[in-house]
Amino acid sequence: MSSAPILALENLTMRFGGIVAVNALSFTAQRKQITALIGPNGAGKTTVFNCITGFYKPTSGIIRLTHDDGAQYEMQKLRDFNISKQAKVARTFQNIRLFPGMTALENLMVAQHNALMRASGFTVLGLLGVPSWRAAEQSAIDAAVFWLKRVGLIDRADDAAGNLAYGDQRRLEIARAMCTGPALLCLDEPAAGLNARESAALSELLLSIRSDHGTSILLIEHDMSVVMEISDRVVVMDYGVKIAEGTPREIRDDPKVIAAYLGTDEEEAAAVMEAEA
Amino acid sequence: MDYFAQQLINGLVLGSIYGLIAIGYTMVYGIVGMINFAHGDVFMIGGFIALISFLVLVSIGLTAVPVILLIVLLVAMAITALYGWTIERIAYRPLRHSFRLAPMLSAIGMSFVLTNFSQVSQGARVKPVPPIVTGGYTLHEGESGFVVQLSNIQIVVVITTIVLLGLFTWLVSRTRLGRDMRACEQDQTMAALLGVDVDRTISMTFVIGAALAAVAGMMYLLYYGLVDFFMGFVAGIKAFTAAVLGGIGSLPGAMLGGLAIGLIETFWSAYFSVEYKDVAAFSILIVVLIFMPTGLLGRPEVEKV
Amino acid sequence: MSASHPASSNGSEPVGAAFILKKAFLSALVALGLFSLMIGVRTEAGQSGQLEYWTRFGDLASLVAAVFVGSIIVELLRLWLGPRGGLGSFVPPSVQSGLSIAGRYLAPALLIFTFLVPVIFYNQRYILDLGILVLTYVMLGWGLNVVVGLAGLLDLGYVAFYAVGAYSYGLLSTTFGLSFWICLPLAGILAAFWGVLLGFPVLRLRGDYLAIVTLAFGEIIRLVLINWQDVTGGPNGVSGIPRPTLFGIPLTPGEGGLAAMLGIPFSPTHRIVFLFYLILALALLTNWVTIRLRRLPIGRAWEALREDEVACRALGINITTTKLTAFATGAMFGGFAGAFFATRQGFISPESFTFQESALVLAIVVLGGMGSQLGVALAALAMIGGFELFRSLEVYRMLVFGLAMVLIMIWRPRGIVGHRAPTVFLEKSKSISSDLVKEGHG
Ligand SMILES: Nc1ncnc2c1ncn2[C@@H]1O[C@H](COP(=O)(O)OP(=O)(O)OP(=O)(O)O)[C@@H](O)[C@H]1O
Ligand SMILES: [Mg+2]
Repeated sequence: MSSAPILALENLTMRFGGIVAVNALSFTAQRKQITALIGPNGAGKTTVFNCITGFYKPTSGIIRLTHDDGAQYEMQKLRDFNISKQAKVARTFQNIRLFPGMTALENLMVAQHNALMRASGFTVLGLLGVPSWRAAEQSAIDAAVFWLKRVGLIDRADDAAGNLAYGDQRRLEIARAMCTGPALLCLDEPAAGLNARESAALSELLLSIRSDHGTSILLIEHDMSVVMEISDRVVVMDYGVKIAEGTPREIRDDPKVIAAYLGTDEEEAAAVMEAEA
Repeated sequence: MDYFAQQLINGLVLGSIYGLIAIGYTMVYGIVGMINFAHGDVFMIGGFIALISFLVLVSIGLTAVPVILLIVLLVAMAITALYGWTIERIAYRPLRHSFRLAPMLSAIGMSFVLTNFSQVSQGARVKPVPPIVTGGYTLHEGESGFVVQLSNIQIVVVITTIVLLGLFTWLVSRTRLGRDMRACEQDQTMAALLGVDVDRTISMTFVIGAALAAVAGMMYLLYYGLVDFFMGFVAGIKAFTAAVLGGIGSLPGAMLGGLAIGLIETFWSAYFSVEYKDVAAFSILIVVLIFMPTGLLGRPEVEKV
Repeated sequence: MSASHPASSNGSEPVGAAFILKKAFLSALVALGLFSLMIGVRTEAGQSGQLEYWTRFGDLASLVAAVFVGSIIVELLRLWLGPRGGLGSFVPPSVQSGLSIAGRYLAPALLIFTFLVPVIFYNQRYILDLGILVLTYVMLGWGLNVVVGLAGLLDLGYVAFYAVGAYSYGLLSTTFGLSFWICLPLAGILAAFWGVLLGFPVLRLRGDYLAIVTLAFGEIIRLVLINWQDVTGGPNGVSGIPRPTLFGIPLTPGEGGLAAMLGIPFSPTHRIVFLFYLILALALLTNWVTIRLRRLPIGRAWEALREDEVACRALGINITTTKLTAFATGAMFGGFAGAFFATRQGFISPESFTFQESALVLAIVVLGGMGSQLGVALAALAMIGGFELFRSLEVYRMLVFGLAMVLIMIWRPRGIVGHRAPTVFLEKSKSISSDLVKEGHG
């Protein structure tokens, strides 16, 4: 087991023309912990995710991932699909991106693409229908069923993903990400649009993913009750830079964070806090 | 050098015609996001209408060439614009919010209809006309005896193109219609909410595109002295290629692409082989797109995730 | 009350009549404008090469009158068929679900019937030929379906691979004397090879950029076939392409022919029947492979790609190779079909591989309902069969065909079979409405 943090960002910068969406950002996410990345709208959180998962090539900086066995990957050097395939980073999207015309089960089967490709002898053995392929397919279905049960969607297995309710789609997307067997799971606002009961269930699911499956989680979330409840560490961003980092408790009392959220300066925020206390 | 200059002139003239057609493709693409496959045939219809009105005008005794040209131009633009309007009403409007491929196939169907319509109504044979605009200037006479010529018809084509482009740029950038068009391009729902008549704006886009195609058709008739029912296909594909090369959706891109295709074709014919001029044009399109996936002037498509 | 939308009030007759008349009048006016010169005046090159013209105002008048009457009829139909009108309402949902149930039995029934066609119509050469033609397009449609219907990549130059297949067989057999059965796989491999060659650089293009590149590629192939006279025979094409043999046994009269070997009298119909079963076998092979592929990871990745490319990348799917395999697979089937075409015709020329052909195959795929094997087969039957029915219309054939294409698209933009069947299920396979299924950006 490697002692290095699972994910380390060093001076990550991402520019779009004149906009500096992420500016020399450095932070680490510890192994088998839930690290929350929070900040006001437009702070650059999703951009950080997109850099980690290869959708954007960072302007500069290093994103280093270390597996349990010590194997290291630098994400900014990997081709996009290899970030999931080799570095084992899975993600969900702020605007849900399921395969709406495929069933829930099919969505989870697609997530196991790389393993199944190998098992199907890159299609040749699969076309011939050899027994080893059939076995592999069955175990993929079993894995999908496991996750469908885990997120409470087993009854909807044969329904089109596009027909599921919003909260169900969010959970299916998490299940799909887990089906890739990730070392690091990046969730972009998983609780957005969920009601209180669904949020609570989500918190429970994330905690169990961390403890039962040993998957480290990086979480973007606006719902502070979820963040406070489940995260081990919180990183706060504003205007592309890190303004605070610490335990949920530390963050909650940090005047800089409150100022960023309220859009005021620090003194005023401190005043607000005192008035509340 | 002289030979080169002559080819340059020829290429620019041909490119102007392609550019005029390409604008129609690009406008429609910009506003409704579909490839209007029937546009090449609208150009062909424009050529036919120019031809017929020219014949009729001559036979009723008009002799002043500028007057004839002006009337022919106006008639061709008007009637062809009506074609553009009708096609949109019949074949595209019912599919406005449909799947991407449905309007495209509808357009291909419409293109078959127009090709065949003109074949049936005007016969399959090539229609030649005697040179209408004759004469020209000798720009330069080389020692080897090669002359660089600029014919009057070439001047007419280029000047008409420039004037119309100016008019058109003014229309798009300065008028209310132009503003509505740009609004619809950005976001139709929002435009409608803000009081833009989306249906009318889209109709007008087709009307303008068709009118410009009619101009191109007439220029083609004057320049090459003939039209036939099948000419829309090749010209349409070339112009579409031009629009994509320039960056589809971009108006200056369409003109630039048109000129590029015209020049490539002309130079390839002049220096390499006539047979492979189209192969050259299409190959260059492919190569350009490999390195600039959204064409020369197209905005890069950034997908937000 | 709403004078401007009487169709929606559906009640008071006089308002409706005035509206309908007004609309018909306007339509007639538009028609008058459209047809004034194109129909009213007829041009033709005269004896001396000089262009002449004569007027046809009678035709013009009757056409405009026809539009007037037609418009009234259409408006009346709309009034009767419901306020919203439109052709879409011709098929109520109940009929559609009925169709999908019938669909379960339709496919086997159709297959059995197809097997029996040569038996039933043994003496009707015309029907057999038509059957071969339809099956060729079924095969092409199934091939293109992999690219367009499953992977969601718009290919407007599919005919190029058909041409590569046809010329591969034509040239290999006439110059090297290779037999059909050796050339058939070669034709498929060569077509797939060209598919990869084209696909590799261009598959990262999206949407209509990909469409135009494939179209350009199709044109390039055709132009090279026309102009590279030394190899391809130019516009004259390749002739004398050997007919297929039954694994080496020729279907000819006389010694060594199949008829003589079986001891039955020779008949030229034997070859037609053989060709019929040959293309049927090829088409069924295409179908079988496609159905299998859909259930394999590669096929699921194709469909996932059509649904959401970004999500695919996040799941570790290599977009480029996945698109390439779809492209190559489709091209390979096109190549097979091309080799068959060459052996059936015995003669090929660039004329058979025009853009119209690509458009036709694409229309078959879209009309079939993208991704549906049965739909594509039905669409091929309807389009090719319909086109044959229009034969009596002679010069008006393409006109009617084009109009039919427009109307069909308006009627069913998502094609005949408007649902997708899942590739795997736990409890019950529920078909997915096409409203949910994406059609890809590529
Ligand atoms: N592809 C892009 N091109 C240009 N600008 C971009 C792009 N992606 C993001 N940005 C800009 O970067 C900034 C940060 O955006 P980002 O989506 O990362 O914010 P966020 O923290 O996720 O906000 P939210 O909480 O609203 O999701 C914004 O100003 C945004 O407009
Ligand atoms: Mg975000």
